[in-house]
Amino acid sequence: MKIPYFPGCSLKTYASGFEKSAIAAGKALDIELVELPRWNCCGVVSSLTKDDLMHHLAPVRNLMRLSDMKTSGLADEDKRLLVLCSMCMNTFKRTNLKVRENSEDLATLNDFMYLEEAKYDGSVDIVHFLELLKEYGFDKISESVNTSLAGLKVAPYYGCMLIRPKEVGIDDAEEPTIFENLISSLGAEPVSWHAKNQCCGSYLTVNKQDTVIKLTRRILDNAQQEKADVIVTSCPLCAFNLDSRQALLQETNPGFEPIPVLYFTQLMAIAFGLDAATYGFEKNKVDPMPLLNKKVFI
Amino acid sequence: MSIEKKMVTVYIMGEPQQVPEGSTIIMAWEYAGFQLKKGIGCREGFCGACATVYREKGDYKLKGGLACQTVVTDGMSLVQIPFVPSEKPQYDLKNLEPNIDTFKELFPTIFRCVACNTCTKACPQDIKVMDYIQQLKRGDIAAAADTSFDCIRCGLCALRCPADIVQFNAATLAQRLYGKYLALRSPELENRLKEIDDGKFDAEIAELNNMGHDDLVTKYYSRQIKIK
Ligand code: SF4
Ligand code: SF4
Repeated sequence: MKIPYFPGCSLKTYASGFEKSAIAAGKALDIELVELPRWNCCGVVSSLTKDDLMHHLAPVRNLMRLSDMKTSGLADEDKRLLVLCSMCMNTFKRTNLKVRENSEDLATLNDFMYLEEAKYDGSVDIVHFLELLKEYGFDKISESVNTSLAGLKVAPYYGCMLIRPKEVGIDDAEEPTIFENLISSLGAEPVSWHAKNQCCGSYLTVNKQDTVIKLTRRILDNAQQEKADVIVTSCPLCAFNLDSRQALLQETNPGFEPIPVLYFTQLMAIAFGLDAATYGFEKNKVDPMPLLNKKVFI
Repeated sequence: MSIEKKMVTVYIMGEPQQVPEGSTIIMAWEYAGFQLKKGIGCREGFCGACATVYREKGDYKLKGGLACQTVVTDGMSLVQIPFVPSEKPQYDLKNLEPNIDTFKELFPTIFRCVACNTCTKACPQDIKVMDYIQQLKRGDIAAAADTSFDCIRCGLCALRCPADIVQFNAATLAQRLYGKYLALRSPELENRLKEIDDGKFDAEIAELNNMGHDDLVTKYYSRQIKIK
């Protein structure tokens, strides 16, 4: 299956391990992620102001770019866009909702982007990789597992963007299970914890580090109370806050024990027994290898 | 028999002027009696000094162009842009790394881009300006250097950008980083630089230096560009 795929800026820079492992894990399931030949930043934050259309240009422009992916033979379909980053997914889905409900806004946006070859008609569905995996079938995913993750306790971190607001969420906002199902299908043990859908502080990391440290501490502590070995996420910003900020935590709290934070696709690449080069651990701040050597690669 | 010269009306800063049909915008200014000291340069479409903004009769679009390359149309309304105020960070290339952090530090405004594409619409060089800003946002410096290759720093993109980005200065940095750190080294270039150092072309340069204006012009336009 060849599906149009939007990477986004983070996956091309500090979250490159997410993309690398996702492409490899997809390939193992015969899902080929075909990058849009021309794309721009997703827009990052969808404007909540009703009459601010400017900030919906970026997502809609990307949705226009799918139009000839099928006819040109690049992909097998052109009505679904696969997204990995939770933040990009959220932005796309919210804009999609807006333009589907407001045809006048869509017409204004199309008119503004008259240089684009195609107009957008609202017909593209945004699919997060987790949703595609669910559709593929978690039982079937188990068949591709070659490395036992038995005994590895994995805390699935949803954060906000995957499940809120509920109109765009990929699962129940209070009791999501999609991550847990994937983790089980990979042979690992999903940890039940209450911080899984608490906010990591998001962009406050830029100007209110103290707040972010407080929030991430709460999340990391809860994962450790529940004896998690690793945390998995699908959001580069959450990963940044949970992973990169642990160095600061260690400085200020001498007793703090770091815990690795992985993208779920990295866990998939490990479970599928893929080449270590596809894990993309180069940008992980808390090195997961010591733990994996102890618990997985024995 | 006299050939009748057709005239068209153009509005230079709002004043109607009769100028010969087929004039470039520069020719129209001068025909109307203006002497341009700013907003004019090589007159050949290379230097980017003569940015103009104009509207054509019956068209709602505000367009950008080079005054030396754009031919006037009847009813055109225009003004010359003498200078584009632009933020230009100082840096020493050898202290920089070709990665996204460099752009975060020196051109943080590029992350304000909303992908409106207004810059691309304004560019007289038909460069996909938005695309090179987007390529920079995702750290693809080589692609940005390539996409922006034809930029002549006219400044029209920066004038129109709602996010106040100075695209062309970011492009310059991308091209410099690409040239210094990312491009494959060419042995031909190294050889040629050595030949220059060894004085291989000194005689030819001296000959050019001693030529009169007319001879130089003749030589320039009769030059053959050899492509191996
Ligand atoms: S990119 Fe900007 S500065 Fe460069 S030629 Fe185009 S409009 Fe002018
Ligand atoms: S005009 Fe500015 S905001 Fe719009 S696409 Fe160009 S760089 Fe981005």
